[in-house]
Amino acid sequence: MRLSYPPSVKIVKVPCTGRVDTIHILEAFEGGADGVCLVGCPEGDCHYISGNIRARKRVEYARHLLDEAGIGGARLAMYNLSSADGPKFARVTREITDRVRELGPNPVKTVSGLRSQVSG
Amino acid sequence: MIVADRKPFDEIMGMIESCERILLVGCNECVTVCAAGGAKEVALLASQIRMKRKAGGRPIEVDEKTLERQCDPEYAKSLAETLEGYDAVLSIACGCGVQLVAETCQGLRVLPGLNTRFMGVTEEHGVWAERCQGCGDCVLDRTCGICPVARCAKSIMNGPCGGSQNGECELRHDTPCAWQLIIDRLKASGELSRYGEIAKPRDWSASRDGGPRKRIREDMKI
Repeated sequence: MRLSYPPSVKIVKVPCTGRVDTIHILEAFEGGADGVCLVGCPEGDCHYISGNIRARKRVEYARHLLDEAGIGGARLAMYNLSSADGPKFARVTREITDRVRELGPNPVKTVSGLRSQVSG
Repeated sequence: MIVADRKPFDEIMGMIESCERILLVGCNECVTVCAAGGAKEVALLASQIRMKRKAGGRPIEVDEKTLERQCDPEYAKSLAETLEGYDAVLSIACGCGVQLVAETCQGLRVLPGLNTRFMGVTEEHGVWAERCQGCGDCVLDRTCGICPVARCAKSIMNGPCGGSQNGECELRHDTPCAWQLIIDRLKASGELSRYGEIAKPRDWSASRDGGPRKRIREDMKI
């Protein structure tokens, strides 16, 4: 199909979104990610029965933790689409990229950058 | 197990406002099972604290450690050797763990990251409910294994009271009336005739009313 999606998107492969723990999401933000998007199988189609449902609940919890930490839960999103749905994947990565661009850089990264400039 | 909740995040941040380096300590026992203060929760809270402070322009160093049991001197003492350079210890164990760590780490601020709630059971994944108040004089043999002290809002010993409505406590619809549960179980086991036995007034001195309690086994002392 030769579809393109934003080059800023870095893909981390997991066997199932059910493998993604809340700490993995927080670590991504602590490491400077401006946004995180979980892409799971359509609900009802999970090979492991409920991995994507569990992931959605964890995403909700992680959003709450990110709001508390001042990062903003809106930077975290989850979509459900099948592995055969390339065009939709390209569209959702553009959507999340646009949303995160509107929100601006991750505040952790911004301050870290400023500090290094000051100290440098 | 002892069930606890994490304190509101802003309250925790307020406690460590002046700190630049803290040790966040979890416990591998009850609070791990109720997902409030185990190694996972230590990692999550540490990450949140670091991000909040970094975003605010005042980074903080948060080291993480989880003890086997914070309520046991054998493990709590192991902390004392590793405390140099910390401004405070933030413990996310129950109140017992926090206190023993504070006793062990004299001279250092030991702060609670949890609100200890109750002794209870896991009803289902993610749901914990109170079952015991540690009254010191168990009556479960007379109440078909349902505790009227912990599960009745009034802790009455001859119930139910007039607030029992359709099997629910008048306090909340999601709280079953303990005495209705007792009657139902007596019926189910064919022992309803025992319901007529009147319980005598209790001696509450075995409970908290008698002051802080202590248990000593002389044969185990070293």
